[in-house]
Amino acid sequence: MTTTPAKDFMAEGDSAQALTLEQVSDAGRPDRWWEVVWSSRKARVGVVIVSVYVIVAVFAPLVAPHDPLDSTFTPLAGASGDNWLGTTTDGRDIASQLIYGSRISLLVGLFGGLLATIISLVIGMVSGYAEGTIVDDILSFVTNVALVIPALPLIITLVAYSEVRGVWLIVFVIAITSWAGGARAKRAQIITLRNRDFVTAAKFSGESTTRIIFREIMPNMSSLVAAAFVGAATGAIGAEAGLAVLGLGDSQSVSWGTMLYQANAQGAITQGLWLWVFVPGLVLAILITGMSFINFGVDLLSNPHLREDA
Amino acid sequence: MRYFARKFGFFVATLWAVVTLNFLIPRLQPGDPAEIMVKKLAGKDAQLDPAQVRAMRAMLGAPDGSLVQQYGTYLGELVRGNFGLSYSYYPFKVTEVIGQAFWWTVILVTVTQALSFVVGVVLGAYAAWRRNSRFDSVVTLGSTFLGTLQPFWIALLLLYVFGYSLGWFPTSGGYEESTPGLNFPFVQEAVSHSFLPALALLIVTPIGWILGMRNTMIMNLGEDYIRLAKAKGLPDRVVALKYAARNALLPSVTGFALALGGVLGGAILVEQAFDYPGLGRLMGEAVENKDYPLLQTLMLLTTVGVLVANLVADLLYGVLDPRARRAQS
Repeated sequence: MTTTPAKDFMAEGDSAQALTLEQVSDAGRPDRWWEVVWSSRKARVGVVIVSVYVIVAVFAPLVAPHDPLDSTFTPLAGASGDNWLGTTTDGRDIASQLIYGSRISLLVGLFGGLLATIISLVIGMVSGYAEGTIVDDILSFVTNVALVIPALPLIITLVAYSEVRGVWLIVFVIAITSWAGGARAKRAQIITLRNRDFVTAAKFSGESTTRIIFREIMPNMSSLVAAAFVGAATGAIGAEAGLAVLGLGDSQSVSWGTMLYQANAQGAITQGLWLWVFVPGLVLAILITGMSFINFGVDLLSNPHLREDA
Repeated sequence: MRYFARKFGFFVATLWAVVTLNFLIPRLQPGDPAEIMVKKLAGKDAQLDPAQVRAMRAMLGAPDGSLVQQYGTYLGELVRGNFGLSYSYYPFKVTEVIGQAFWWTVILVTVTQALSFVVGVVLGAYAAWRRNSRFDSVVTLGSTFLGTLQPFWIALLLLYVFGYSLGWFPTSGGYEESTPGLNFPFVQEAVSHSFLPALALLIVTPIGWILGMRNTMIMNLGEDYIRLAKAKGLPDRVVALKYAARNALLPSVTGFALALGGVLGGAILVEQAFDYPGLGRLMGEAVENKDYPLLQTLMLLTTVGVLVANLVADLLYGVLDPRARRAQS
């Protein structure tokens, strides 16, 4: 009989303990990043859109009915079973050009965005971590200069000088002209992070500066970096289209920008070939919409306040 | 005073950086750019005035002499306003060719920039004031969607619908038969030719203002002074305009000049589509004809234009906001 209260107590204690543990573990386990992104309906739509584009680009030879540069079709044909969107003035299949064009846009978006993000990351983090020193002054000055110089005239000038205009040149030129905004944001972010306790602790334990910057601080900025990457990729896709529209695209392949350039140069509008003009811009707009939708989901990562009504 | 000195110092330093960049770009390419260009000019079977050739060599980099000497000559010619001769419009000077196109772009960009600022700020402020209303979601979603469209594509669609299908507006150029100048037929033609290019720009450019203004305004509306103003019983209109919107305007002023770079990029593409006789079309022509002196001068000119606009915006911001003057000094 004397054991009962103790037993009761034990039992009670057990369940209470179990409950606390459960609560703790529930509150302690953060949502996985893809769960957070996926919780936003917009981001889900965005992921689906971009996935479709990626699949089409990867399997372009299987999806496209013809070779995009094959000019053996009847010129100026309307949409038909063989030429889904009709043909151009020099007898190329518009639908196939459209499908192969996705490769250039995605390639430039991926690598242009990646390179711009890496540059902005390195410059922003070093400059922010070295705040107040001469290193920061120089890097901040370079960033501010790069920020005020209008990008398109500079890109045009750089590309116009090169004889060979491959897709990698375009990626490179876009990246080195578009990192500044991201670098500034990352510098501001790192300045708020570098005085936190965990950074001080890392300093006292004798970690090197590079390790503190890239191993301690950077993981805390990953959502910001992800958002910046999506933004930079979107910008790169737009910049490629702008260059191509001026006739400065990759001469070896077809992109949506070069399609618009040719449509304009060969008078598609006066000849009433509206599909030729309409569709490349439309698929470009849908891709960019999909990417900005994904960024709504990525924003949820860095700002938990936005998550509630997602 | 230190604020203004610092801003002016940044302007001078940036100007120097841009001028130097402009000097270095042709020299980053393999081969001797000056040699290639001089060859090109000689191939145009024209009598070359030795003085002009010398001027051009200075601009493009004389093949003889060290990089430092070239840089010195380049700066000297720049100060004297000598930018060399255009290839595609030979034997006209680059400055003369640009002078023809200059005002077309400046007027187009200034008018659309000013209009889109007003439109964007008003729409953004109203959307923030009526946050989560139907108006707000239409404006926010609408600008997100319009922001994904390419300026060149919008221009082509406008051209297709209003130029060719409906025939309401002329489809290319800047004017028809009138003589350029301040006479009524010319102004009328110029306006009707500029309408569609301006519209194409106006579809894209206000978006930054709308979203920026909406965000700052929403932030300001959460501040205590707004609550106090409401508690005092001030009418909604006064709280919205004199308290919230007025303060939210400040960041937009600095944004004004930075956005100019983007508008300029849009204008280059739009001018291309409409064959509008401005700097953007000239840039396209320069690219197509490999008219490097023209291209580089255009790059320099547009960049310096944006820099000057930035300086003005910074100085204005210092006058408008005393906090900016005190901070960091």
